[in-house]
This record gives sequence, structure tokens and C-alpha cells, in this order.
Amino acid sequence: MLEQKQHIKLPEGSIEKDTTTLNLGPTHPATHGVFQNILEIDGERIVSAESTVGYIHRAFEKIAERRPYYQITPLTDRLNYCSAPINNMGWHLTVEKLLGVETPKRVDYMRVIIMELARIADHLICSAVMGVDTGALTGFVYLMTYRELIYEIYEEICGSRLTTNIGRVGGFERNFTPAAFQKIERFLAEFPAVLKEFETMLTRNRIFMERTQGVGGISAERAMSYGFTGPNLRAAGVDYDVRIASPYSSYQDFDFAVPVGTTGDSYDRYLVRNAEMWESISIVRQAMEKLKGLPGDIYHADVPAYYLPDKKDVYTKMEALIYHFKIVMGESEILPGEIYNAVEGANGELGFYLISDGGRSPYRLHFRRPCFIYYQAYPELVKGAMLSDAIVCMSSLNLIAGELDA
Amino acid sequence: MSLTNERIQQRLTEKFGDVLTGFEEPFGLLTFTAQKDYNLKVMQFLFDDEELRFRFLTDVTAVHYPERKGEELAVVYHLHNFQDNVRMRLKVFAPVAAPQVFTATRLFESANWMERETYDFFGIDFVGHPNLKRILNVDEMEYFPMRKEFPLEDSMRIDKDDEMFGRGGNI
Repeated sequence: MLEQKQHIKLPEGSIEKDTTTLNLGPTHPATHGVFQNILEIDGERIVSAESTVGYIHRAFEKIAERRPYYQITPLTDRLNYCSAPINNMGWHLTVEKLLGVETPKRVDYMRVIIMELARIADHLICSAVMGVDTGALTGFVYLMTYRELIYEIYEEICGSRLTTNIGRVGGFERNFTPAAFQKIERFLAEFPAVLKEFETMLTRNRIFMERTQGVGGISAERAMSYGFTGPNLRAAGVDYDVRIASPYSSYQDFDFAVPVGTTGDSYDRYLVRNAEMWESISIVRQAMEKLKGLPGDIYHADVPAYYLPDKKDVYTKMEALIYHFKIVMGESEILPGEIYNAVEGANGELGFYLISDGGRSPYRLHFRRPCFIYYQAYPELVKGAMLSDAIVCMSSLNLIAGELDA
Repeated sequence: MSLTNERIQQRLTEKFGDVLTGFEEPFGLLTFTAQKDYNLKVMQFLFDDEELRFRFLTDVTAVHYPERKGEELAVVYHLHNFQDNVRMRLKVFAPVAAPQVFTATRLFESANWMERETYDFFGIDFVGHPNLKRILNVDEMEYFPMRKEFPLEDSMRIDKDDEMFGRGGNI
């Protein structure tokens, strides 16, 4: 075939047009996770693309059908592992709604602090990695230190860093220590200057702007049709935020803005994420202020039938032992019901669709994973762009493989 | 004046009558069931109507109820009206022997992968879907793993033979 082509006499001035099929991924260093993109390229221009997923599918929805409610928390940790606490809180909020558990204000504010810190950690990595993908490693190396500070806060609160398993039905497993508050204060004191510096470095950087502006743009209508949520939808100009639309965990008590973009391209997504980090800092500050006015010893709702008792009490008090046994063996009463509850995850609306038939595990649990839903727009976003734009577009969408495949 | 669940139900029953059944509001979310062949018509009406404006498809998934004969599989749609900030849930039941349901991909781009996922796990055959093949599992799979006839091992099962673990016991 090749030989034959060389013998064909092409008319004067014509260029032989042939497209190449390129597999970008499943494990390509520039794709930040295991997903495959089959690109058809003409030179460096992308003619068409097809995305395939499922490389790390772990059947969480099926596993959840055999687990009591407490044991599902570690599964949710592994969805969006860049902001695991938000997934945990979303799950506990869903279960609490099903069980009719009311949480005290102090628990709500503590949750808000944790969720907003997780949002900062997630956006921080996404924005920094966009810098890496356009050739600027400095921001990434610099910001990693501050994600580390957030992880230290988690570690102080619950003992682990990445997959935190933070929180329980009704509140937290233990109270925030004074050291945890000190770490949060330290983060609030140090981080704004760093974020400002990071923005100075990247936001008006000529190379960064030219590499991201007009790349992967999407209109508001198309974004809605594709089911975009979170920063990706807001960058297209729709100010939909679950925290405002259906407030959970006392978000209505806080004063914050929803940053909105206009063009929906990679640059706007970056700007929206950065603006959101500033809002998150402000929310954490407000929450810290509000916590000061509340008694410091409440960290869970008073629901012995659902909240695991203190280990010390389990060893010494009969009642605590009984409740502990009932919860661990999955024998506490759970009413049948059907519920959909959503939280604003770091990259969009994270929904939990839960059907309970009164048994010890959910009859059906479905995660509405924002990544999974908007990754299908990727072929449309990169069509006609350059090969290097495909990488930037992908990192600006903030795709997390764990959430994509569940 | 924002849209209430009563108003939505009123508009829907005016338009479709007996096609829609089982209106209820678990945890404040309007839920109802449509006849299998009417899922698209109902969604199109909800989408087009200037008052209802359900133009965001939040989620598509399915549930398997093996004990309901003739309607074992339920396809569940969650729709959202952004302007009035109202959510609702639409259900369609299909028999496991003939799980054909019309696709919503013409109406919402987002339905594409969500329906592929639902097909992958429950075997619901979305009629008219442009690319209905497995998405998370391998292509060679011949069964639909989220159906209830494929249970996971229960960690709390009582048939474990304790004798094998040096504790006496019986089967």
C-alpha cells in the first residue's frame, strides 16, 4: 500500500492528506490518571476523538449493597481522592437526611471548614497542574507545600491524610484539638499571600494565556446539555452552585459569592477555580469566627442509635456497649426510603441516590459523579484543536480517575 | 412565584392523564412513574414547557426489583429546573425479559454515557442510543453485574464453618 502511494502522481501543489490514529493514554504522563483518548490527528490538529473509561472500575455501587452504612464511608473516600472529605460529608449528610438526624450548629460549621479546605486542596492541585501542562513547574512545586498544610490539618483531626474517613453520622469522631485550630489559623494566615503570588505568576502570564484562552470553550447551552456542573459550568456563565441552590450544612449562614466566567474555555475555568479559592478562604474565616461564639465541647449530634460511642464508654458502660454492638453489627433501625442528596463537590454536583429497604445496607446506592458526566464532552471540546491543547483542556476539566470510574 | 410540586403534578396530569401514576414526595422530591413508552414524551414536555423548564438531566440510573414480576427493572431519571430550582424524579418500569426503553440522548447530551452505564450494569436496552456498548466493564462480559441475581458474599453470613478456624462450631 505504501509503495503504491509513492508511485501515485499527485497533482501539482497538492498535499497528501492522511490522518493518524493516536492513543493518548491509558497511562500517559500527561493525562493525570488512567483514561484513554483515541485521537485521530491530521498533522497536529485533532480531527476527531473518542474517550474510553473504566480502567480502574472497582464496583463501589455493588460493594455498597453488602455493607452497613458506616462501612461505605471509606468507599466514598476513594471517589475524588483529591478532596475526599467532601465525599465523606456528602455521604453522611445523605444518611442523616434518611435517618432524620439533626446536627448541632457547631458540627455544621466544623464540616464547612473541612469541606472548604478540601475544596481549596482540590482546586490548588488542578490550577497548579494546569501550569505544569503549559510548561511551568514552579507553581506546582510551590503550591504542594500548602496542600501539605491542609493534609496536616486532616491528620490532626482524624489521623489520616489522603483518604480521610473523616466524620461520622451525626458529626465527627472526635473534637478538633487546639492544635488543629492552630493549624487552620496558620493556614489562613499564610495561604492568601501564596495564592496571590501564584496568581501573579500565572494569571497574566503571556504563555499561559495563549495556551489556555480559546481552548476547549463551550457555550452555556451545550454545557447544560452535557450535564456540566461546578466550576466547569460556572466558567461557561451559569451561576449554579449547590451550596446556594439547596444549602446543606448551614451554608445559608455564610456570605460568599459565586464566581462566574463567560467563555467557558480553559482559561475561564482556571479563573473560576482561583476565585473560588478566595471565597473558600473567606468561608473558613467566617466559620472560625462563628465557632468562637459556640460552646467548644459539642462535636456530634446526640443520636446514640446511630453515632458510635466513645471507646472508653464502650469498655465501662453497658448502654454504650449495646449501642456500639448494634451499630457495628448493623442492627440499628433504618427506615425504608428513597433519597437523592447532592453536595457541591470540588468539581461539580456530587449526588448520592440511595434506596433503603430497611435492611442493614442500602438496597441500591448510586453516585452521581460529576467527572463521569462531563468527560463525555471531551471529544467535542478538543475537536479542531492542537494535540497540545488536548492536554490543557483535560487538566482544566479537573478529571479525577477515581471518580470517573467509581 | 416559584414552581411547586402540586403545580407540576397538576400540569402533568392535565397533559398525560393516566399515563402517569404513583405520585409521591419522599423527602420533598416529586416522584412519579410513567408508562414505559412515554418516558421521552414526558421528558420532552417537561423540557419544552415554558412553565416547567426541566432542562437539566442530573442523573440516569436503574434499580432491579426481582420480586416485581413483569416490571423488574426501574429506570430512574432525575431532572432539574435551574430557574426555579426544583428537582424531580421520573421512573419507568420495564420487564427484565424485554428491557427496551427509549433513549434520552436526543434531548440531553449527558444521557449518552449515563445510559451506557445503565446498560452496562442492568442490561437496559436503550432504543435509539447511538453507541450502546459497555463503558466501565469489559466488552466480553455476558451478564449485567448490578442485577440482584449476582449477590456479593455477605461478610456477616452465618454458614461459615468455624471448625476450620479452630473454634469448634457447626455448619
